[in-house]
Amino acid sequence: MILEVENLRVEFAIDGRRSIPVNGVSFSVPKGARVALVGESGCGKTLTALAVGSLVDRAKVAGGIKLHGKISYIFQNPMQSLDPVMRVGNQIMEGMDASLPSSRRKEFSQELLEAVGLPRALARRYPCELSGGQQQRVMIASALAQNPQMLVADEPTTALDVTTQKEVLDLIDRVASERKMAVLLITHNLGLVSRYSSYVNVMYAGKIVESGEVKSVLASPRHPYTKGLIAAVPRIDAPQDAPLVDIPGTVPPPWAWPQGCAFHPRCPNALPECSSENFTICRYLTGNQQF
Amino acid sequence: MSGALLEIENLSVSYRGEDGRESVAASGVSLSLNRGESLCIVGESGSGKSSVAMSVPRLLPSPPAFYPEGKIFFKGEDVLSMPPDALRAVRGKHIGVVFQDPIGSLSPLHRIGEQLVETLLLHSDISRAAARAMALEWLEKVGIPEPLQRFKAYPHELSGGMQQRVMIAMALILGPDLIIADEPTTALDVTVQAQILDLMRSLVGKSSALLLITHDLGVVARMATKLAVMKDGKVIEKSEDVIAFFTEPKHPHSRALVAEARKMELH
Repeated sequence: MILEVENLRVEFAIDGRRSIPVNGVSFSVPKGARVALVGESGCGKTLTALAVGSLVDRAKVAGGIKLHGKISYIFQNPMQSLDPVMRVGNQIMEGMDASLPSSRRKEFSQELLEAVGLPRALARRYPCELSGGQQQRVMIASALAQNPQMLVADEPTTALDVTTQKEVLDLIDRVASERKMAVLLITHNLGLVSRYSSYVNVMYAGKIVESGEVKSVLASPRHPYTKGLIAAVPRIDAPQDAPLVDIPGTVPPPWAWPQGCAFHPRCPNALPECSSENFTICRYLTGNQQF
Repeated sequence: MSGALLEIENLSVSYRGEDGRESVAASGVSLSLNRGESLCIVGESGSGKSSVAMSVPRLLPSPPAFYPEGKIFFKGEDVLSMPPDALRAVRGKHIGVVFQDPIGSLSPLHRIGEQLVETLLLHSDISRAAARAMALEWLEKVGIPEPLQRFKAYPHELSGGMQQRVMIAMALILGPDLIIADEPTTALDVTVQAQILDLMRSLVGKSSALLLITHDLGVVARMATKLAVMKDGKVIEKSEDVIAFFTEPKHPHSRALVAEARKMELH
């Protein structure tokens, strides 16, 4: 394992209200594996990933995080992560082992630019001179500069156009294979999960509600939330009049998560017991229900 | 001229840069759209689909955009030769536009209810009280919970999905004949996308038409009654039978797009 998370809990005050946006999350990432964390915005997936790398400020973080190796991140908006007044080459060098001689670091940064499909000469440019796709490639190069054993990619392509999206994800896939690096992909897009991950954790309201091999979860989801997420994706072969909306509304803010199963107000299969304080696990996961 | 609601004939859209250089965004585009129909234009970024769609309400800044060739007949009148006053009236009242980025299209300084009321007062002859009632009714219609409270909210106080619902209310409140939506759900969660698509379908009735720009073939399959595929500024394939298109796309580029989309579908 490169990462083992056990009963992770992140608690802090949002707008003066006490919130537990991550509440008892357990999952692991084997060495070199492709794992996804999927769910709607506001489910706690980004916060989970940040907590894993101790990147959460002003919060009470509890639970076990065992990280056996280096971890690097790339985020949705590369311009927020890149320093606008530093040349691209220098930014890539920043993350490198400082004990390396600077000539070696320079050479390595140019190798990395090449590895992410950019010309070496780009090292002298500033971020604003690059397209969004190029900026994201630079982010990947900076992440690789630290020789991580795991890359956390948080909605890495949401801000990019579709063609560039595929190029960037294929690139991550390729460099991860070459370096035997694990990838934790954080996304709300199940299409990306089905293509780029082999194991998936579905998150709702600060908890993982279902997890498993991507193929089996997508083919036979058990939790009504997972089913709803899958049903919401418009498909080429679905009849036009088939109902698309299975999950009404949106994720409430963390201070308003209801007791019992947090999904019950939006769940088409909810029973009275689902809102009980004694609720422990969804009956669709235990196999005690008839469909 | 046929009696189509929208008839685009041999349209070319070009941009002239500050250095005088010209680039062609679209050329030789012919499309038609009738009431009760939903036309989806699909293509990758840079294929010219947005340039064509945004030319209909003349929303491309001109310069740099100009039209070397072609005509756009909306209800029988060529919008490319319309005087600015007539154009403004058409744009507000008869064509509603929904953009990808709602926050860029709503005024950050005004409460959402007021924005709806002002839109109504600008284009129709009703009292402020009646406009207010209608704005409230539309907030409810597009699925905004607690519309009375949300009426007073500023755009940034709403989630992306709620902002997009307000945009749809703004686009539809004047009862336009044509709704143009440019990637209206690209920025949203898949669950909210499903809600917004269903909402748009239910609101575009028999008396109006939808022109939808998207890169997502799943959305096309869901929404289109007819479709056009664009590549490099040209319409390379048109189909009035959406199911037939997905079963047997004719142009090699369409085949590639459909094959790629199938690979991304959930299995």
